[in-house]
Amino acid sequence: MTVSKDDVRKIAKLARLALDESRVAPMEGELNGIFQWIEMLNEVDVDGVPPLTSVVEQRLKMRDDVVSDGGQADALMANAPGGEDHFFVVPKVVE
Amino acid sequence: MPNLTDLTLAEARDAVASKKVSSKELTSAFVKAIADARALNAFVTETPEKALAMAADSDARIAKGEARPLEGLPLAIKDLFCTKGVRTTAGSNILSNFIPPYESTVSQNLWDAGAVMLGKTNMDEFAMGSSNETSHFGPVFNPWRARNSNQNLVPGGSSGGSAAAVSGNLCLAATGTDTGGSIRQPAAVTGSVGLKPTYGRCSRFGIVAFASSLDQAGPMTRTVRDAAIMLKHMASVDPRDSTSVDVPVPDYEATLESGVKGLRVGIPKEYRIDGAPPEIDALWQKGAEWLQAQGAEIVEVSLPHTKYALPTYYIVAPAEASSNLARYDGVRFGHRAKDPHDILELYEKSRAEGFGKEVQRRILIGTYVLSSGYYDAYYARAQKLRTLILRDFDEAYKQCDVLLTPATPGPAFGVGEKTADPVSMYLNDIFTVTVNLAGLPGLAVPAGLTAGGLPLGLQIIGKAFDEATVLRVGRAIETASGFDAKPAQWWRTA
Repeated sequence: MTVSKDDVRKIAKLARLALDESRVAPMEGELNGIFQWIEMLNEVDVDGVPPLTSVVEQRLKMRDDVVSDGGQADALMANAPGGEDHFFVVPKVVE
Repeated sequence: MPNLTDLTLAEARDAVASKKVSSKELTSAFVKAIADARALNAFVTETPEKALAMAADSDARIAKGEARPLEGLPLAIKDLFCTKGVRTTAGSNILSNFIPPYESTVSQNLWDAGAVMLGKTNMDEFAMGSSNETSHFGPVFNPWRARNSNQNLVPGGSSGGSAAAVSGNLCLAATGTDTGGSIRQPAAVTGSVGLKPTYGRCSRFGIVAFASSLDQAGPMTRTVRDAAIMLKHMASVDPRDSTSVDVPVPDYEATLESGVKGLRVGIPKEYRIDGAPPEIDALWQKGAEWLQAQGAEIVEVSLPHTKYALPTYYIVAPAEASSNLARYDGVRFGHRAKDPHDILELYEKSRAEGFGKEVQRRILIGTYVLSSGYYDAYYARAQKLRTLILRDFDEAYKQCDVLLTPATPGPAFGVGEKTADPVSMYLNDIFTVTVNLAGLPGLAVPAGLTAGGLPLGLQIIGKAFDEATVLRVGRAIETASGFDAKPAQWWRTA
């Protein structure tokens, strides 16, 4: 499989990354170089092999369904690049 | 007393505990060494005032007879660990003003044990790199240079700042993180010891996430004993990380000198790669002979899927990274683009301005392999390959207790030498990345110098949660190699 310039534009859109048009062609080349190298995985027969979802052999831990933390609005807002009172401010989303 | 900054962590611990040296004296010596070594660019943020305040607190505790295990010992922390009230950047412009309101579990464990923080070390952006050249804060230079050369070399990556700080005697020890080799590879090319513990041994809470199923914190030190000491105090069972495993943390130092007699050491034949410098093979051979001479049994084993590990990694890690890095949107924290005219532009521009080239490349790879129509061909296949890689290790461990391999395919290379071709850069992790995919512990130990005078390391890979044996074998290699070379301090301004 090869990645086209349109694929690059499409995945940049999906990834919410503004990609300057001058970067599209070089990125196409870089990604194809990487994907060509990755192609070698197709040599391996993986039929019937289960995917590895965790290297940790333990059941997911359970905890009591209670409030354990909270009431820290000031700390949460301290790094907000646009914030007023306890609200994150963004450009208008709905007209 | 020798120069205080030349002490190992164990020596400094004993000197402070026996009141031969105060934490203030020790900490001041490192604060000065760091200020004199800015040419290495090993630190993103130095915290001398905090260090001296913590040292004063330690000295007060020692005076009262209330010393803790790492009391008064100055450490450097990779800038991927959130430190409360101290800027944490992950080497990225997008977090260049981020001041965490909380502390990572690993660093909190170290402070609870009495350690002192010297500062935050430079690193590849979001830990994506093998040379520390992707950092927004500029490259780190390796304290080592080839004999009769003034060329600046890379310190490896992504924990390049920590490696340079340890190797250049700018701290007693440092923390690192390892997703594909980011502790072991920089340790090896700076003549340092680096341990990636078993996945789940150290809590990931408060560590900026790269690839969550692979990321693991570990120590970077000057000796194997120091790595044993550090791991004991970094590791814990943490209710705030659901993948932190409920296994008690043993005293790794207690079993360090138990020797390797009767231990079966596997040599995986697939780690012999074409084009590797003959010095790497020769050192590997020597390592096996050292262990054999101390009573270990050497067995040839096979890990048939080794060559597929790196391409598997370059699907799994970018896929997880593209999800993890979705949180940087310019809204709640981090860099925000100026005057966006709608919400989409706010996201797209903030991310384009905030992320560097390599991070953008990996986000795009990850987005592609997870996108509709490609998931089965890439991500699902890679997860199946991971099963096969893990099974290789399970099979090998029927015949041996640990594995011995080279740590890197070569010594440190020149700054700028490999930045043009991503795949040639990725190949630096060829010997380390399998270990992350299988979640196993791996230790890099310095073992010798190239003809040009640059350090090379060997890697010991163990069974899950068997760091004690890995450290024991590392100690045996360290004893046999007698490696004690140090770089000339060309960077010193005073």
